[in-house]
Amino acid sequence: MMSWTPDQPLVRLKDVRKTFAALTVLNGVSMDVMKGEVICIIGPSGSGKSTLLRCINALVPIDAGSILVEGQEVNDPKLDKLALRRKVGMVFQQYNLFPHKTALENVMMAPIHVLKRDKKEVDAQARALIKKVRLEGKEGSYPGELSGGQQQRIAIARSLAMNPDVMLFDEVTAALDPETVKEVLVAIRELAEDGMTCMLVTHEMGFAREVADEVYFTDGGVLVEHAPPKQFFANPQDPRTRRFLDQIL
Amino acid sequence: MIVNRTDLPVLKPFRIRAGEPFRFSIWHGVALFAILLVTVGIGEAHAQAAGKPGIIETMLKWTPLLLQGFALNIAMSFLAMAIGTAVGVPLGLAQISLLLPVRTGSWFVTQFFRNSPWLVLLFYCMLLLPFEVRVGDVVIPLPGWLKSTIGLSLPVMANVSELVRGAVRSIPYGQWESAESLAMTRWQTLHMVILPQCVKRMTPPWMNLYAILTVATPLTSVVGVSEAMTLTGDILSSEGRTELLVPMYLYLLLFFFLYCYPIARATLALEKRFAVK
Repeated sequence: MMSWTPDQPLVRLKDVRKTFAALTVLNGVSMDVMKGEVICIIGPSGSGKSTLLRCINALVPIDAGSILVEGQEVNDPKLDKLALRRKVGMVFQQYNLFPHKTALENVMMAPIHVLKRDKKEVDAQARALIKKVRLEGKEGSYPGELSGGQQQRIAIARSLAMNPDVMLFDEVTAALDPETVKEVLVAIRELAEDGMTCMLVTHEMGFAREVADEVYFTDGGVLVEHAPPKQFFANPQDPRTRRFLDQIL
Repeated sequence: MIVNRTDLPVLKPFRIRAGEPFRFSIWHGVALFAILLVTVGIGEAHAQAAGKPGIIETMLKWTPLLLQGFALNIAMSFLAMAIGTAVGVPLGLAQISLLLPVRTGSWFVTQFFRNSPWLVLLFYCMLLLPFEVRVGDVVIPLPGWLKSTIGLSLPVMANVSELVRGAVRSIPYGQWESAESLAMTRWQTLHMVILPQCVKRMTPPWMNLYAILTVATPLTSVVGVSEAMTLTGDILSSEGRTELLVPMYLYLLLFFFLYCYPIARATLALEKRFAVK
């Protein structure tokens, strides 16, 4: 069953389809993401980018097609969702930290209660992660006392504490003040440099150009084209991509 | 000019509203006290003219007995609140169950008891519950005050159930999503993430409910429980003096006001404090 080996795609989407009522959000999406790869998904709003990410950790069930995460089929009624989500970390646009817990408690909660790991060990790891996102000294702060950028970095640390194999970032800088965007992007870039497999939905074109191994453009529920960033931004093939890039660059 | 309208998606702050809650204000107390003074004055004049003992003297004489009755009101309100909350919280959680029958069943129970007159529920409990329960060899007596306390706890239960449901619904969906994406089970999400945030939101309306319950305890006088209201009636009939009637009932009202007013103030203060965060 679990015949997945690191030379195969870590995440493989095949002809994924998803419809909300009358609205087709994903209309046959296929992509392969290799271990250690960083991919950026860009596209106009409403083109199904966020839904695509939510399908990968089964927050949103798909109608048809196949999603394999390390060889495990996500589109399977017998899917062990919890096992899947231990491998897939996710960071949201609205941070979604638990407001009644301190930064440190936010990071420690899932490893202790979900993975049943030793409290001392988790404590050490959590402090190291908070240090890694450059928030040393904020361990005892509540989310309400942190800025948006700081909250988002704690959210990244919280997700990393589960030791996921792939990280999903859903427009994580879209709700931030411009001056705090950079600190979050730096944290993600360092993560990418450490070899973490990352899938980002983003509007930060400069960032996509800089860190992505592959850039995907979605429009109307389909992947229009994808290419390494240099090629993608310099020489877009599809007229839709060109129009989009003209509008925002 | 329309100021507060926009085409942009706006997330408005959530407020739990179980109808406009009734609250005592300090003016209720001032008015109450003023009327009490006037009626006592009139009564004193009557008493002196008729050569009977003074109104204040008579009221003070009966105060210990009245306080005894009032203590029963408080005890009943405590017990009904405890039972109502203990049953209402699980009932409210059942209302957000993923299982349709559980959800529908608990919704029906909640709506039924929330929308029935308290007095009708009280009568049903008095008439339907036995006067004693036998558990093996042990006989547990069910006196009237206990039966009517159970009767009062039914609407409390239903209201607490709605409070829980509303509070859970008021937590942003992102909290569920992020807990889920951390591989937490539904139960873990509920008791570690959602419910702790609900407690804060529920406390003010819960206290308000308690104040409403306390002022409803005199209803039990109708079914013959010897609480403050019943005792006031007994005192009046034993004295047989019409000039005592109005001051005596106002005196009793003052008891309730003095007990409930601080609760209303505390509720308001808590609401203000939580509203900012």
